[in-house]
Amino acid sequence: MSLRRLTLLAAGLTLAWLGVAAADSKDSLLNVSYDPTREFYVEFNKAFAKAWQAETGHVLTVKQAHGGSGKQARSVIDGLDADVVTLALGYDIDAIADAGLLAKDWQGRLPNNSAPYTSTIVFLVKKGNPKGIKDWNDLVKPGVQVITPNPKTSGGARWNYLAAWAYAMQANGNDEAKAKEFVSRLFKNVPMLDSGARGSTVTFTQRGIGDVLLAWENEAYLSLKEFGADKFEIVTPSLSILAEPPVAVVDKVVDRKGTRKVAEAYLQFLYTREGQEIAARNFYRPRSPELAAQYAGRFADVKLVTIDQFGGWRAAQEKHFSDGGVFDQIFQMGR
Amino acid sequence: MPADTVTGTSVPMPPVRSALSEPGWVRILLIGGALLFLALFLLLPLVAVFAEALHRGFDAYWTALTEPDAVAAIELTLIVAAISVPANLLFGVAASWCVAKFDFRGKNLLITLIDLPFSVSPVISGLIYVLLFGLNGLFGTYLRDMGIQIIFAVPGLVLATIFVTFPFVARELIPLMQEQGSDEEEAALVLGASGWQTFWRVTIPNIKWGLLYGVLLCNARAMGEFGAVSVVSGHIRGETNTMPLHVEILYNEYNFVAAFAVASLLAMLALVTLVVKTALEWRFGDELAATRH
Repeated sequence: MSLRRLTLLAAGLTLAWLGVAAADSKDSLLNVSYDPTREFYVEFNKAFAKAWQAETGHVLTVKQAHGGSGKQARSVIDGLDADVVTLALGYDIDAIADAGLLAKDWQGRLPNNSAPYTSTIVFLVKKGNPKGIKDWNDLVKPGVQVITPNPKTSGGARWNYLAAWAYAMQANGNDEAKAKEFVSRLFKNVPMLDSGARGSTVTFTQRGIGDVLLAWENEAYLSLKEFGADKFEIVTPSLSILAEPPVAVVDKVVDRKGTRKVAEAYLQFLYTREGQEIAARNFYRPRSPELAAQYAGRFADVKLVTIDQFGGWRAAQEKHFSDGGVFDQIFQMGR
Repeated sequence: MPADTVTGTSVPMPPVRSALSEPGWVRILLIGGALLFLALFLLLPLVAVFAEALHRGFDAYWTALTEPDAVAAIELTLIVAAISVPANLLFGVAASWCVAKFDFRGKNLLITLIDLPFSVSPVISGLIYVLLFGLNGLFGTYLRDMGIQIIFAVPGLVLATIFVTFPFVARELIPLMQEQGSDEEEAALVLGASGWQTFWRVTIPNIKWGLLYGVLLCNARAMGEFGAVSVVSGHIRGETNTMPLHVEILYNEYNFVAAFAVASLLAMLALVTLVVKTALEWRFGDELAATRH
C-alpha cells in the first residue's frame, strides 16, 4: 500500500464529495431554523415536498439545521448556505440583512410581518404546581428556581425577558427603574443559562433542575406530549407577549444557487391552509382566522403585548440585549 | 570501628520484608476500592449506554442505526476519519523523522507547535477556521466567488479534525525514534542504500508498531471529536452532522433510544481501540516501551 495512493484516494474522496454537493443543490433547500421548530418542520417539509412534486415534478429534499436563534443567524452570516431562515425573532434576520445577505425590507415581503405563525411565552411547572406559581410575581420569590435560556444567544429567551419586562412595567405603573429591579430579581433566581430553548427544556424536564421553565407555548405543549400530562402542567400568566417568529428567503444564497423559486414557494406554503394546519397541530398559533377558530380551544386566551410596545426589535435589541445593555447590567447586578 | 560494621557478617540483617506482606484486609480494601471505582465511573456508564440503547429491543436499536440521517452521520464520520488520519500519518512520520534524525535551528519551536492542539480548547480550534474561511473571514469572499464551501461543509470538518488530531502520531513517534537514534540509517547509507530504501527497509520496520499505536489513538479522537467540529459543522441534518453531533441532536429531540444507539457505536469504537491497544502493548511491549515516559 503506497502512501501516494492513499493521498490520492483522500483527495479523490474530497473532490467526489464536493462534486456531489454541487450537483444536487438545485433540488434541495436548506432551512436554518431555531430550536423548538424541529418537529414542526419535519412534518411541514414532507407536506411541501409532496406539493412541490405534484406541481413541478421535481423531487425536493429539505435539509434542516436547528439551534439558538442568535447563534443560527451568526452561522448564516459566517457563510452557512441557508436558502431560507425561519428564526425566533425579527432582529436575528435584521442582523443577516445588515451583513448584506438579504434586502433590508425583508419583513414587508410576506403577509403578517413575515410571521406565518405566532406563539407566546408560558410557564411549565411540575405536576400539581408544588411552588404555587400563578404569575410573573411568583417568579421573583426567594427559593424559586427559574429556568430560561441565555437572551444573548436564544430568541425564545429574549421573548421571555421582554414578557417579564412588560409585566413589570404594567404592574409598576410604567416605572422603568422598578421594572429593571423586578427583572433583575427574576434573573437572580436563574441558576443556569442554556444557549438555546431546547437545551433549557431538557434541563428542566430531563435533568429535573428548577421549579419553573419559561418556555415557548409550543415547546411547553410538546413537553406535555412527550412526557405525559401526569408529569408537568402549563401555567398561563396574566400577561404575556405576542411572539412573532419570522421567515425570509436569503437573497444572496438563492440567487447564487438558483433556488429562488422553490425557496419562495416554500415560505408561501406556510400560509396555505395545509401549512397553517400543520403549524396548529404542532402547537403554533395559526394566523388564518379560519384555523385559529378551529383550534381556539387549544390556546389559552391571554392578554398579549406586542414588540411594538418596545419600539420594534431593533430598538429592543439595542436597549436590552446589546453589549452593556439592560440585560448585561442586571445580570452583573444579580451575580 | 565503622569498618567492622561494614565487613562483619556477624551483624544480623533486618528480615527481608516481602512486598506482599500487608495484612490481607489491606490488600482486599485497596484492590476492592480500585475495582469499585472503575465499576462506578467506567463500567456503569458504559453499561448504561447499551442498556438505554437496547431498552426497546433490538429492532428499535437497528431502526435507529439504519435511519437515513444516522447512516449519513456514520458515513460522514468515516469519510472525515479516512481523510484526516492518513494526512496526520504522513505529517506525523515526516515531522518525527525530521525532529529525531536531524539537528536544526528552531527544532524546539517545531516540537512546541506540534503540541499546540493539545493545549488549545477545541472550540478555538473550530473558531480559527471560521475566522479564516467564514464568509467574513480572511479568505471568505474569495472562496465564495470561486464557489468553494469550506466552513459548514465536509472540508471544514476535515480541517478541524486534522487540527485536533495533529499531535497524536508525531508525539508517539518522536521519543521512539529519538531512542533508536540514527545508527542503523547511517549504516544503510554507508552500505549504499538510497534515501527511500533506507526509509522503507530500515526506518519503517523499526517504528511500525509505534506508528500503528499512534494511528489508533488518532483515529479514535478523529471519530469522537465534538467541540471543534461542532463549531464548523452548521448542524445540517443528514449532511454535516458527524456521529457525536448526531447524538446530541437526537438527545435534544427526546429520541433517547436513537441517541444512545449511535452513542453505543462510538462506545464500541472505544472498546475496539482499547482491545487493539492492549494487544499491541502485550505483544510489542518492548518496542513501545520507549513511548512511555
